[in-house]
Amino acid sequence: MIPVAFDYLKPSTVEEAVAALGASEDSKVLAGGQSLLPVLRLRLAAPALLVDLGGVPGLSGVRVDGDTLVIGAMTTHAEVASSDLVRRHAPLLAAAAATVGDRQVRHRGTLGGSLAHADPAADLPAVAAALDATYVVQGPAGRRSVAAADFAVDLFTTALAPDEVLVEVRLSIVDGWSTHYEKFHRMAQAWAIVGVAVAVSRSDGTISGARVALTNMGPVPHRAVEVEAALTGAPATAEAVAAACVSVSAGTSPVDDLTASADYRRDLARVLTGRAVCQALGI
Amino acid sequence: MSSSHRVRVSVDVDGSRYVDDVEPRTLLVHHLRERLGKIGTVIGCDTSNCGSCTVLMGSADGEQHSVKSCSVLAVQADGTAVTTIEGLAGPDGALHAVQQAFHELHALQCGFCTPGMILSAVDLLRENPAPTEAEIRAGLSGNLCRCTGYQNIIRAVQSAATALRGAAAAVLPSEVTV
Ligand SMILES: Cc1cc2nc3c(=O)[nH]c(=O)nc-3n(C[C@H](O)[C@H](O)[C@H](O)COP(=O)(O)OP(=O)(O)OC[C@H]3O[C@@H](n4cnc5c(N)ncnc54)[C@H](O)[C@@H]3O)c2cc1C
Ligand code: FES
Ligand code: FES
Repeated sequence: MIPVAFDYLKPSTVEEAVAALGASEDSKVLAGGQSLLPVLRLRLAAPALLVDLGGVPGLSGVRVDGDTLVIGAMTTHAEVASSDLVRRHAPLLAAAAATVGDRQVRHRGTLGGSLAHADPAADLPAVAAALDATYVVQGPAGRRSVAAADFAVDLFTTALAPDEVLVEVRLSIVDGWSTHYEKFHRMAQAWAIVGVAVAVSRSDGTISGARVALTNMGPVPHRAVEVEAALTGAPATAEAVAAACVSVSAGTSPVDDLTASADYRRDLARVLTGRAVCQALGI
Repeated sequence: MSSSHRVRVSVDVDGSRYVDDVEPRTLLVHHLRERLGKIGTVIGCDTSNCGSCTVLMGSADGEQHSVKSCSVLAVQADGTAVTTIEGLAGPDGALHAVQQAFHELHALQCGFCTPGMILSAVDLLRENPAPTEAEIRAGLSGNLCRCTGYQNIIRAVQSAATALRGAAAAVLPSEVTV
């Protein structure tokens, strides 16, 4: 189908974008379009104005700022996956970005778009949650920072106001952690039925720190804090990891749908978390 | 603001520049097919899944990458260079190595997925000139074929990879002596 007609603006600064979003009753940011255009084509949404960020210089790219890795919102999944800086300082994000959709989608879709769209099955929001990312958001009053934990509010709903733009994602560089993103789906290329983002540190034979976040186990990414606590201090063995992961779906609310029942998703989360932690630990 | 305003779009397609005023809601695939007559690019779904509309489009790094032209607005292609299946053969009509391999190894039946499949393969081989079978399958996962069962498509991409590496090796010595 063809989208309902809309007006189109391609500003050259974030300030202009924010002003245009604020001046229209019914406007939407356009980034890579890989979620928005399918929605418009099916006429599930019909905004009056699209504000295309594609003409704003400086919104894409990766840099290091002191002990922080900074990724522009308009950086594509393909760029995130292949960036030397991301692979070195946030390998979990690079690995997860490489699992998003297919090559064509990764060439257009952006990190900021994925986070702002807040699809419960999207891979990158859980990764950002596991890495305790900070989102930098710009609105009429200037810039503010939002913690990943506060950004996703509900299904397809974030802390972004209608006239705010996500400009960059900041990650503290912590060396010495090993990471893994485990994504389960049944076809060559598909959304995650469940995904697990894991970062662990170990000293000698003991797990000294763990972060675990789940994709598609509820309306927003789920940080499995109980499992993190159970893993911390546990020996780095497959048995101890399996025991620590038993409670991973406590506090989750997975959906029952055509691809999987909620019970199946809970069991999958347990198995995949164990796998992801073992992969990250290299055991 | 009226919703029927048109936006000037200048895009190089298969080596020729086209400048048109288009409605912002026009998808790149519709612009290519209906305005520019590039009907080699086809539409196979309404959900961004099938990949039959795949073309190569320039990006900020100057290189062309595969995109689904049903999931790009024509206005987003303004100022870029696009290659469709119609621009892949040489000026003398000689088929691109990937086209030649699809032809020789029967990598198509009905042919509907073929333009997108070939452009995805070209994109993959540019990044990875010697892909494994698993890498080819993953690299083409954005393109669906309802006829072939993919086996001959994989063989054709492997054969084209070998041919392209041979061609690259053949030009290398003269480059080295410069
Ligand atoms: C076939 C297919 C398969 C896919 N498979 C996966 C998958 O396996 N895993 C996965 O995670 N995703 C998948 N996706 C979705 C993909 O990751 C999208 O690229 C991403 O969700 C949206 O990014 P975008 O840049 O394309 O955003 P757009 O589509 O342009 O925008 C999406 C939404 O975010 C808003 N937005 C975008 N950028 C900003 C910003 N900077 N500030 C404020 N608001 C903004 C827009 O207004 C819109 O509401 C798939 C998509 C397709 C078409
Ligand atoms: S027409 Fe199916 S992905 Fe574009
Ligand atoms: S040859 Fe018919 S869809 Fe691929």
